[in-house]
Amino acid sequence: MMEYSEEIKKAASAVPDSAFVKYQPSQQEAEPELPRALSFLEDSWRKLRKNKAAVVTMILLLIITCLAFLAPVLSPFDPNEQHLSWKNLPPKWPGVSIDGLNGTTLFRGRRVDSYELAKVPEGQCFLFGTDEFGRDLLSRCLWGTRISLIIAFIAALLDLSIGIAYGLISGIKGGRTDTVMQRILEILSGIPSLVLVVLMLLIFEPGITSIILAMTISSWIPMARVVRAETLKIKQMEYVQAAKALGASNVKIALSHILPNISGIVIVRAMFSIPTAIFFETFLSFLGVGMRIPNASIGTLLNGGYKVFKLYPYQMFIPAFILCVIMLSFNLFADGLRDVFDPKMKEG
Amino acid sequence: MKRWSKYIGKRLFYMALTLLIIASATFFLMNVLPGTPYNNQDRLTAAQLEMLNKKYGFDQPLFQRYINYLKNILHGDFGISLQFSDQPVATLLSQRMGPSIQLGLQAVLFGTVVGVFLGVIAAMHQNKFLDVFCSLFAITGRSVPNFVVAVLLQLLFAITLNWLPIGLWNEGFRSTILPTLALSISPMAESCRFIRTEMVEVLSSDYIELARAKGMSEIRIAFSHGLRNALIPLITVLGPMTVSLMTGSLVVENIFAVPGIGEQFTKSILSNDYYTIMAVTILFSALLVAVIFLTDILYQIIDPRVRVEGAK
Repeated sequence: MMEYSEEIKKAASAVPDSAFVKYQPSQQEAEPELPRALSFLEDSWRKLRKNKAAVVTMILLLIITCLAFLAPVLSPFDPNEQHLSWKNLPPKWPGVSIDGLNGTTLFRGRRVDSYELAKVPEGQCFLFGTDEFGRDLLSRCLWGTRISLIIAFIAALLDLSIGIAYGLISGIKGGRTDTVMQRILEILSGIPSLVLVVLMLLIFEPGITSIILAMTISSWIPMARVVRAETLKIKQMEYVQAAKALGASNVKIALSHILPNISGIVIVRAMFSIPTAIFFETFLSFLGVGMRIPNASIGTLLNGGYKVFKLYPYQMFIPAFILCVIMLSFNLFADGLRDVFDPKMKEG
Repeated sequence: MKRWSKYIGKRLFYMALTLLIIASATFFLMNVLPGTPYNNQDRLTAAQLEMLNKKYGFDQPLFQRYINYLKNILHGDFGISLQFSDQPVATLLSQRMGPSIQLGLQAVLFGTVVGVFLGVIAAMHQNKFLDVFCSLFAITGRSVPNFVVAVLLQLLFAITLNWLPIGLWNEGFRSTILPTLALSISPMAESCRFIRTEMVEVLSSDYIELARAKGMSEIRIAFSHGLRNALIPLITVLGPMTVSLMTGSLVVENIFAVPGIGEQFTKSILSNDYYTIMAVTILFSALLVAVIFLTDILYQIIDPRVRVEGAK
């Protein structure tokens, strides 16, 4: 306590209380009311909105996903229903008379109405044409996209869960566990994933489940690496140290301190793994070891189209176009997300 | 020097371990495969089956076969192909190595050169039309699977325009053009993207400013000063590039009927040719492991800033 001298006390008591005025801040000086803090999602959306390509592709992806998942309602035919007399009909759009979309084929230099030749009733149109068994390609494309997307989404989800779990455990435990787990990763990453996937597919019964499993086996590794690297970084942060000092368990630290802080990077990674999964599915089905016929997936459609593409190029072009649009959209959207969540991350 | 030998020794040990694990895994996986390699099994009598099994060594216990298999691999003997007229797998594959290697090298060379060029152009015109164009090209190249590119090229240049052979491997260099183009798409996209990022960083550094102040032309600055430093990290892309080339070769070689390893692998998969599948698996893995190893070593030699990990 400071001891004031008698003189100061006397001087102070000489000033009357009324001399003191309550401080009234003026309009300008008043502290501006802080804007409401943005939540994680709001903030990300605000940044993402600035990237036009990302927004456009996001809308495109939403439309494609909706169309694909509404396939049972939207498709005009059963995707496996065969009309043998209506096979290999070119696309026909009602009211459109452009060559290629009006149901005519070039035959010996002049256009022939294939629909009339095949005795298709008036008014019956196949927007994407039919394939070699007379199956409606529009329905097959819808169902095929649906299956390819389902495979990609589930595979990405599995990658994500395994990768996160592995990376978190390896990063948090550290020491010996980390070394062993990293050695395992190093060995696994020396196996070309394609070869692994093909081997797996030879062993499992072909089908959706086995494709998903085969892809997951090889593709969780990069995710695990990223998660571990980030975990090691965040583990050094003071708030994690504090939580540890207060006796928080490893599980608690992982779930409530580390996971929320790496979610951005994880989301970006997951977005990039969806197109990879779609690519693998089409690739395998194209080779003939993926989805089994007659089931439609983008890969089997491409495979079927490739067999006849010299005669009926539309059977290959339509699925190829759908595939390219989906792949491009996912990649552009993921690029946009990366700029939002992780601007410092190097490409690749 | 000592820490290098220690580091390399450690890496070689892990490479060997990786290959051993892959060889063992493939062996045991192949043995649980459904189906048999004999495609006319129904017509074979029990005695014939027994003879065939004996001939190919399928009558021995699993473990004995495993040991034999590993021993033979070390001698470069990958067994006898079950489908292709009883040829030794090693001979079969070595005949097919040539076209695959040629295609791979041509694709990497062409793809990287074009990709690097595009990447530099993009970085020089950052956020302008050319940059957007190059970036769009790169992302398209990454998104469109190379078998789609291959089919489109075939349709355009071989069927419609009739400029180049549609496939096969019998017209010398002319027949390599289309498959090379199809395969080079992914190295091109990859290196374009990579170089652009690196160049943007390099072009804003002090020594480039100095060169600019001296009045050098932008093109000279970019290509003779900037590119030199931006090229070094490109080595790290070699690993992923190899993987995508191997993947690509499977379909591209099929589409253009190139007698290479990829085409052989696809044929073997579809006909349950165990020994060939195993051999190609090991071959591909060995190639990948070797490329990763070389990349790491090269990178450390070229860029002294990167330290040998774990050894001080």
